[in-house]
This record gives sequence, C-alpha cells and structure tokens, in this order.
Amino acid sequence: MKSEIRTIAMTVNGEQVSVDVEVRALLSDVLRHDLRLTGTHVGCEHGVCGACTILVDGESARSCLILAVQADGSTIETVESLGSVSSLSALQEAFRENHGLQCGFCTSGILMSLCAAERHGEDLEETLGEVLGGHICRCTGYQNIRAAIEAHWAKSVTQ
Amino acid sequence: MKPPVFEYRDPRSLDEALGLLNEYGDDSSILAGGQSLIPLLNLRLARPDYVIDINKVPGLDTIEVLPGCVRVGALTRIRRLERDPKIRAVAPALSDAFQNIAHPQIRSRTTIGGNISHADPSSELPGVLAAYDGRVQLTSSSGSRWVSWSDFFVTVFTTTRESNELLTAVEFPTDQNFSYEFEEIARRPGDYPLAGVCAGISLDGSQVRAARLSAIAIADRPIRMTAAESALVGVDISNAAVRQAASQAAAAEINPMDDEHGSAAFRRGLVSTLVKRTLDRLAGVPS
Ligand SMILES: Cc1cc2nc3c(=O)[nH]c(=O)nc-3n(C[C@H](O)[C@H](O)[C@H](O)COP(=O)(O)OP(=O)(O)OC[C@H]3O[C@@H](n4cnc5c(N)ncnc54)[C@H](O)[C@@H]3O)c2cc1C
Ligand code: FES
Ligand code: FES
Repeated sequence: MKSEIRTIAMTVNGEQVSVDVEVRALLSDVLRHDLRLTGTHVGCEHGVCGACTILVDGESARSCLILAVQADGSTIETVESLGSVSSLSALQEAFRENHGLQCGFCTSGILMSLCAAERHGEDLEETLGEVLGGHICRCTGYQNIRAAIEAHWAKSVTQ
Repeated sequence: MKPPVFEYRDPRSLDEALGLLNEYGDDSSILAGGQSLIPLLNLRLARPDYVIDINKVPGLDTIEVLPGCVRVGALTRIRRLERDPKIRAVAPALSDAFQNIAHPQIRSRTTIGGNISHADPSSELPGVLAAYDGRVQLTSSSGSRWVSWSDFFVTVFTTTRESNELLTAVEFPTDQNFSYEFEEIARRPGDYPLAGVCAGISLDGSQVRAARLSAIAIADRPIRMTAAESALVGVDISNAAVRQAASQAAAAEINPMDDEHGSAAFRRGLVSTLVKRTLDRLAGVPS
C-alpha cells in the first residue's frame, strides 16, 4: 500500500514554506530531511529524550510525536531561528560561557524548551525543575546546563 | 519512515468524525494529542488502517466551570487546563494532578480525552476522576450517553467505549462540600507515578461525613479504597490516630503486583504514606 501525499504550508523560522509530505511522515523527519533543518535532533522517537523539541505556535512540543500533516497552517520555530555561530543569542551565549554542552546532541531541544519558558515568564525554579526535567543529557551531568540557565535567568529574564 | 502506512482522515465537524468512526470502527485509531498513539505508531505496536485526526473538529476544546461540576471538552490540552485559574479556584487537586502528567513539552499536546480514553492504569487523571466520582460523555452518530468512571474503565488500555463512539467530554463533580488533595511518587518529576493517591473528604465541623479515596498505578484500572473510606466516616479528622488507621486500612485492602519498578510490599507502603499525607493536609496538619 502506498502512503497518501499531501501538500502542507507552514511558517518555519519566519519563512513561508510549502512541502509535499507522506501523511505518515513525522514533523521531525520533514524538518530534517525535506527542509534540511538538521539542528533539530532525533534520539528516541517516542517522546522521552527531548532532543527533537521545537516550538509549535509558541509552545514547546516533541516534533517526533507530531505528524507533519498536523502542522499544516502552524508556525514552527527550530534552533536555527536562534543566533548564528558568529552571533549567538543571549541564551546560547550563556550555554557557551558556562560550558552547558559537550556533544550538543541534547542542546537544540533544551534551548527551544527554554525559549518557550522565557516567553511564558516561567520562574527559575520551574525552569530548572519541570522544563529541564523534560530533557535527557548523556554528557554534562546537568550541572553546567543548570548554571547556564541560572546565569541567563539572572541576566536577561526579568522576574 | 517510522509509522506504518495508514489512511489519514481529518474531519472538520463532529458529524463527519462520527460518520468516519461508524464506517471504520475497529480498523481505525483516533488521533488526539498523539502523545501515546504516535509512540505506538513509531514502534509499530499499533497498525491501524485509518487514522482519524480529530484536532480540526470544532467545539471540543471547551472548559466550563459550572455550579456543580467542571466539564471539559475532550480536545482540551492539559497545558491549558493546568493554567486555568477558574479550575484551580474550585478544584485545586485537579490542577495539581494536571501538573503531574508528563513534562510541559508533552502536556502542550496531550488532551484530556486522549489521556482518559487511553486508560493507562498509571495515569493520574483516571484515578482523579474516580475520586471525584466523575463521568465521561461518549457520543456516536445515534446520540450521546454519560458513563460513570466505574463503568468506563475495564482493565489496562481497555474501556467500555464502543468503536463507533468518541469520548467528547469529561465531568468532575465539585458539589457536596468535598475538599481534595492529590499526591504521587515518581522516580523523577514527569515520570509515570509508582503510586498516586487522590483523597476527598466532606466535613461537618471536624467530623467526616463522607470520604473518597482512589489509588493510581496499583491495579489494572483506577480503584477506590472503600475500606479506608469506611474507616473515616463519622470520625474526627483532627485525630492523628484516625488518619493513621485509614492509611493502614488502605494498605491492607489493595492488591498491588510486583513489577520491575518495585515489589507489591513497596507499593503498599507508598500508598499508605500517600493516604497519610493527603489526609494530614486535608486535616490542616503538616505531614
Ligand atoms: C515521555 C512521556 C511521558 C508521559 N508521562 C505521562 C504521565 O506521567 N502520566 C500520564 O497520564 N500520561 C503520560 N504520558 C502520556 C500522555 O499524557 C498521553 O498524551 C496521553 O495518555 C494520551 O493523550 P493524547 O491526547 O496524547 O492521546 P492520543 O495519543 O492521541 O490517543 C491515545 C489513545 O486514546 C484514543 N483517543 C484519543 N482521543 C480520544 C477520544 N476523544 N475518544 C476516544 N478515544 C480517543 C486514541 O485512539 C488512542 O488509542 C506520557 C507520554 C510521554 C510521551
Ligand atoms: S526524539 Fe523526540 S523526544 Fe526523543
Ligand atoms: S551535551 Fe551530549 S547529550 Fe547533552
């Protein structure tokens, strides 16, 4: 049996895109394979690790647990919408300064969750507990990620 | 490609969705938040011929705080529910339970209808629905019916919903002067609980008029602990020995099983502790 194809339109990182997708395709795979936005990483593909976290209409969500067809008409933000290598965003800079990453596999998902938390005005405690709790990092032992979040929240987020 | 091939339907009205369910029934899966169904598709543990995505059905994402109950439409996301000040004002234990479901990144998609329909015995909400003596609304092309929680949950992942029915709303009664507390123990915040308890009491001064205690992750479906409830009726909640007796009655009446997360004795201990803690809070005593 062949899978049905549908054309979907989304706003991805501020740009209007239109793409043909199999109805069974995951949003994570369409972002990576079709749109070539490989900053979104894929670890477990059942919602547990958090590597694939992106923003859908301003809320953090697992892109491995959304069918791409479901994103038709949505506004998507991925890690590519943050700073660039030559000009990091304030949050990315806090991660760099505090050595908040090693291999970087988990980092893009964590950054996107933190963007949502910052926009929704979550306090530091909520962010360190609940928000970071939705991510698994195999390298850092979390201490430096927490230090980066604390530094960023102290500097940039008005409490 | 992770999920198996299926035909995708995204009905734009309730009638259309119910018509599709009538036609495809057991060969289809309803897609709501997708936070349980899509993992099952990705792991190919589910292979439906049709996926009926109800996210575009209008009118199912309602929150109503009515005189005697909180009534929530099936498509309402948990993230929205946990932030709702009107629910927190009348049913704070329900808001606490919402915040114990998974992580914020999962709750942004999870719907109340999907969570309850999934009937995972480790899920918080089915147990909270049991403590509130709540009910669900099931709708098919031939009409709607309300089913109490005890007639809805059958066993693990199994309910009395017919394959042509959609769960359309969930109702938590808030009358009768009941106050509730919810608490769970999980390995990490956001994990499924090893055990959870929702306790409600109705007081006349400090005398217990009625009690409702449910346990989560203890049996193949949410259960009420009726021996502990009976032990509380008529007694003075401010008496610590009474609360202790109820927590012992709870531990004695449940039948948890050993599994990879812990032994039956360990779970019995957790439930006993949680009953004690929730009752202490209801009595206004710090645990
Ligand atoms: C990492 C992770 C951690 C989690 N932790 C928890 C936790 O701690 N506690 C907890 O309770 N849950 C947890 N979950 C499960 C999550 O909350 C699910 O989202 C929820 O159980 C199902 O809701 P959904 O809206 O996503 O439903 P879906 O995944 O869309 O559907 C689930 C099932 O219900 C059926 N269904 C959906 N809507 C309806 C309806 N309206 N009528 C009839 N049938 C319907 C579907 O066909 C499917 O069989 C976790 C999930 C993940 C990925
Ligand atoms: S890849 Fe999506 S949560 Fe792990
Ligand atoms: S930096 Fe390697 S997994 Fe987090």
